[in-house]
Amino acid sequence: MSTSASVDQTATRGGFSSRKVFIFAAIGSAVGLGNLWRFPYVAYENGGGAFLIPYLVALLTAGIPFLLLDYAIGHRHRGSAPLSFARLDRRAEGLGWWQVGICFVIAVYYAAVLAWAVRYVFFSIDKKWGDDPVGFFVGDFLQVSSPGVTADPVAGVMVPLVLVWVVVIGVLALGVQRGIGLTAAVFIPILILTFSILVVRSLFLPGAAEGLNTLFTPHWAALAEPTVWAAAFGQIFFSLSIGFGIMITYASYARRDTDMAGSGLVVGFSNSGFELLAGIGVFAALGFLAQAQDVAVDEVAKGGVGLAFFAFPAIISEAPFGALIGVLFFSSLVVAGLTSLISVAEVVISAVRDKLELSRVRATVVVTVPMAVLSVAFLGTTSGLHVLDIVDHFINQFGILLVAVVSMVVVAWGLRALPDLAAHLNDGSSSVHLGTWWRVLVGVVAPVALVYILADSFWTDVTTKYGDPDAPFPDWMIGVFGWGTAAAVIVVGFLLSRVRWREGTELTTTDDWKGGPS
Amino acid sequence: MNTSAIIMLIVAMLIIWGGLALAIVNLMVRSTQEPGPEELHRDL
Repeated sequence: MSTSASVDQTATRGGFSSRKVFIFAAIGSAVGLGNLWRFPYVAYENGGGAFLIPYLVALLTAGIPFLLLDYAIGHRHRGSAPLSFARLDRRAEGLGWWQVGICFVIAVYYAAVLAWAVRYVFFSIDKKWGDDPVGFFVGDFLQVSSPGVTADPVAGVMVPLVLVWVVVIGVLALGVQRGIGLTAAVFIPILILTFSILVVRSLFLPGAAEGLNTLFTPHWAALAEPTVWAAAFGQIFFSLSIGFGIMITYASYARRDTDMAGSGLVVGFSNSGFELLAGIGVFAALGFLAQAQDVAVDEVAKGGVGLAFFAFPAIISEAPFGALIGVLFFSSLVVAGLTSLISVAEVVISAVRDKLELSRVRATVVVTVPMAVLSVAFLGTTSGLHVLDIVDHFINQFGILLVAVVSMVVVAWGLRALPDLAAHLNDGSSSVHLGTWWRVLVGVVAPVALVYILADSFWTDVTTKYGDPDAPFPDWMIGVFGWGTAAAVIVVGFLLSRVRWREGTELTTTDDWKGGPS
Repeated sequence: MNTSAIIMLIVAMLIIWGGLALAIVNLMVRSTQEPGPEELHRDL
């Protein structure tokens, strides 16, 4: 590839104008719903304060090394996930499309949670749920049907869902710098400020200390449990947005002179820093709720949907200035989710643009309109919660986790590309030197940890039917939306890799940007 | 709060937020400023 060719390509694909914008965008992707509603409960359930040890081990031995692997692939090969893998080795392109398929599926359902959070920002003002947050969420708001698939629309979800997609499409159509970069650079500081105010408010609520006591009291015996270590690696893995194309795509937009390894450390610790902040804020608030209801914190501690839409409304109802807490909490969910959703959709747009040479606006429309239609059709109905529950579980376990393991093994052992990728990150302006330790972590430690989690999850899902035993999902739903979706993205991914690249696409990479030989 | 919880809270803050501060300082101070050629970002 000649220098002029790579400049032309950058001009066509777009890119972040500076290292700072790239870092904000990467933090925006990594900090999502999982940081706010997953980490606090996972930490509490897996040893409390003692969880810090496996969590830090997972961050330093798997999370950040794997993040740097994604950065190296995208930054070295300057393309979307499929193009970067194709440039790494033509036979590896299917891995990139597999990741693209996963992102397509995630975007479809992730938008629905944002739509719920948008509604709850306004519900918080007059505490619309009354004295029954659970009944309101399941009955009045989502109008959840019995397990199955219905076509009964829920206007209260559909309208905000369409609104979310309009915003996402608008941001993505503006491009990498003016859309994605600027959104992250504006909203991430707002998110930090908003959530910090929430944390401070929560800390001054009566009972907050008891909540923190519950979260941070160490249970050292938990460290002997393999499941606790698996939970730590899983939390780090899922919260860093690694292994499914996002960081490859964003790294391909970073300037060539960006210190990727140094930036990766900032992104990795920012993500964990936000998780710690979330843990403090959430458990301080739960401590208040427990005191107000005169029960133990254990009885009100929840994660995921239960935390956001059951526990927090109860906190908002009980707390002085509860409406303020509600607006801050749900606004934080919206902002954190929005920047993550944008990154997930961009993986697909970037891949389509690279393959078909479409303009930014056309590619955005071609990709996001079908996503939005599917999103409204499946998640905007009375069965939306069931579909989301199944797809989310299976695409996380047998989509993200599986493709991450396969990619790592292929890159490290099949293509033996780690020395070349390490050399790329060590080149020029790097403030961190990646030595043999990085290759061992990426090639051995991280895959072993993830294979353990994957095998355990697979065994659980094969031997135990997924879902609530009291209201079981029909087998066909698990088959279609669960196993079927996870399998479909693999098949479609590898079929798409058979489509020819457009004329003139460079499928090799050379380090010519410093004026060296092309 | 009990003593062990307070200690773990402080340790967590020191390591994670301290690690973030160090990572930012490292990036600002140690990252060699060797800019490549000006890049175009038009996103056509």
